Amino acid sequence: MSVLIHKDTKVICQGFTGKQGSFHSEQAIAYGTKMVGGVTPGKGGQTHLGLPVFNTVRESVEAVQPDASVIYVPAPFCKDSIIEAAEAGIKLIVCITEGVPTLDMLQVKLIVDSLGARLIGPNCPGIITPGECKIGIMPGHIHLPGKVGIVSRSGTLTYETVKQTTELGFGQSTCIGIGGDPIPGTSHIDALKMFQDDPLTEAIVMVGEIGGTAEEEAAEFIKSYVKKPVVGYIAGVTAPPGKRMGHAGAIISGGKGTAAEKFAALEAAGVATCKSPADIGKTLKELTGW
Amino acid sequence: MNLHEYQAKQLFAEYGMPVSKGEVVWSVEEAVQAAGKIGGGKWVVKAQVHAGGRGKAGGVKIVSTKEEVGEVAKSLLGRNLVTYQTDANGQPVHRLLVEAPTSIARELYLGAVVDRATRRVIVMASTEGGVEIEKVAHDTPEKILKAIVDPLVGVMPYQARELGFQLGLNEVQVKQFTELLVGMGKAFVEKDLALVEINPLVVTTEGNLLCLDGKVTVDSNALYRQKAVREMYDPSQEDEREIRAREWELNYVALDGNIGCMVNGAGLAMATMDIVKLHGGLPANFLDVGGGATKERVTEAFKIILSDTAVKGILVNIFGGIVRCDLIADGIIAAVAEVGVSVPVVVRLEGNNADLGAQKLAASGLNIIPATGLTDAATKIVAAVEGK
Repeated sequence: MSVLIHKDTKVICQGFTGKQGSFHSEQAIAYGTKMVGGVTPGKGGQTHLGLPVFNTVRESVEAVQPDASVIYVPAPFCKDSIIEAAEAGIKLIVCITEGVPTLDMLQVKLIVDSLGARLIGPNCPGIITPGECKIGIMPGHIHLPGKVGIVSRSGTLTYETVKQTTELGFGQSTCIGIGGDPIPGTSHIDALKMFQDDPLTEAIVMVGEIGGTAEEEAAEFIKSYVKKPVVGYIAGVTAPPGKRMGHAGAIISGGKGTAAEKFAALEAAGVATCKSPADIGKTLKELTGW
Repeated sequence: MNLHEYQAKQLFAEYGMPVSKGEVVWSVEEAVQAAGKIGGGKWVVKAQVHAGGRGKAGGVKIVSTKEEVGEVAKSLLGRNLVTYQTDANGQPVHRLLVEAPTSIARELYLGAVVDRATRRVIVMASTEGGVEIEKVAHDTPEKILKAIVDPLVGVMPYQARELGFQLGLNEVQVKQFTELLVGMGKAFVEKDLALVEINPLVVTTEGNLLCLDGKVTVDSNALYRQKAVREMYDPSQEDEREIRAREWELNYVALDGNIGCMVNGAGLAMATMDIVKLHGGLPANFLDVGGGATKERVTEAFKIILSDTAVKGILVNIFGGIVRCDLIADGIIAAVAEVGVSVPVVVRLEGNNADLGAQKLAASGLNIIPATGLTDAATKIVAAVEGK
């Protein structure tokens, strides 16, 4: 077992024939992901990358029974695309696109939750179970099948963590990039729960950043639920208040959301923290005794 | 994107929220004319900058003659206003709001924000208006009243009544408050706002509610569908380099240190700043070059970083991911040559073909120091800047 996706997960792509959709679908296929088709309205019936193109998600569900959909459509259309996938019955929706309006996400989150679908993202690298299934834009080759579950708000910082756990030979069970937006479909807590419940995950790395209180809430959750060893890192110790650091969610406002508060909350929950992003692997090694 | 007070009040008025009679002016002459147009024998002249704390900083003046309106306008226009919310340089004053004065009986606070934890818009109200609300929230959290807005129906009148009676408003005022709050909720959704603050919301001596100040932040991701709001953008309130960076889809934030940072990905960019500090250096900026670290964008990023004269060295940290690192190395070499970078540049490349990339950098003959790993990169740039 891994978390959410595995070698038999059937995946479609919304925005399949676009530049991003094409490039990353090609990469996913090369990695071994079971891509079964894609959706581009108006191009139904065509073949792209050797796979069928559908006009609507519903058509694709009838024809190829996908378990998951990955979305590369531009931000103004993401609300529509995510809800289309959820209403068509797809249970795992991964939205890579950056720049989705926050109020769109308030509605989207309400609807996907009510339909029992899981959304990952938006503004995220996606999710990967190394050696089995890659859904998203992460470089497959840095991963190694293994025992560490990684959850992160940042793309390239996830890759740093992956690289360190690969070099130490621990590998990853599943890596979930939850994205840098204020209202993510999947939270740190959701990911932590899945990793705790997954028998193949033996330890967890949680990478957070400034802004909001998601890491503080995760710390509370870890205290009550997570029994596996957890390493935590928070980016943005040097970020000044009131300045948005790239991600829509990464801003210290009203004195809330500082890295110091988050580190303190994680430490109080028994999480092994490291102050340098270069020490994530090392901290994990010390904590687990591997 | 932030709005000026007068823009926020235009928005409030559009949604039936009560504001003072006022005029925005760009010059001394206009200020005097506006005073005549508004009438009466007293006026409030308010500097329009994207920062709070204007009153204490001398940016808000009450005057009783038109001559004084002119004098105050002259003293404020064209200068920089430094408040506790700005940096040491302050924010430039190019516009003033001239308003009729208000006689105040009570000062309340009203705000709305997207709350991440509940994934709802929440409304906050308090009897403690006119002061720093962060301080109220911290010292006396029980004085902040809250209402959670259901995205399906928006602000409901009962929520306004609940808050209104708790604020100690009388029956007539609760009716006014209900209209005001329902209007604010509507504005929040229709204009894609991220934050609204009315501090203070006053009860006048006549017993009416009035939005005396207004702070509005609009969700930048939604500007594509908010044409009217987009046109309210005032670039003079932002750092020039940050504006230039945005034109190239680079994310740049100026900081106080001397080590320029160029990184791909916002999280890694922050982590890079942190690790520089951890090794004794001070980052001069946050800069995310995004996914496509092409030669053109890297070149522009170097130019923007170097336009900060405090920069004594640059750390480039790229996790190549799917892109090949030798191609990124080519881009960096071309950019350093084109821009004529004279300060030391430490480059750490990771991902596909990283070794080949490092070899190319070393062989370039330029002042580029290749690094392996985050710690090595941070150590090398700190040493280079200190002249070791």
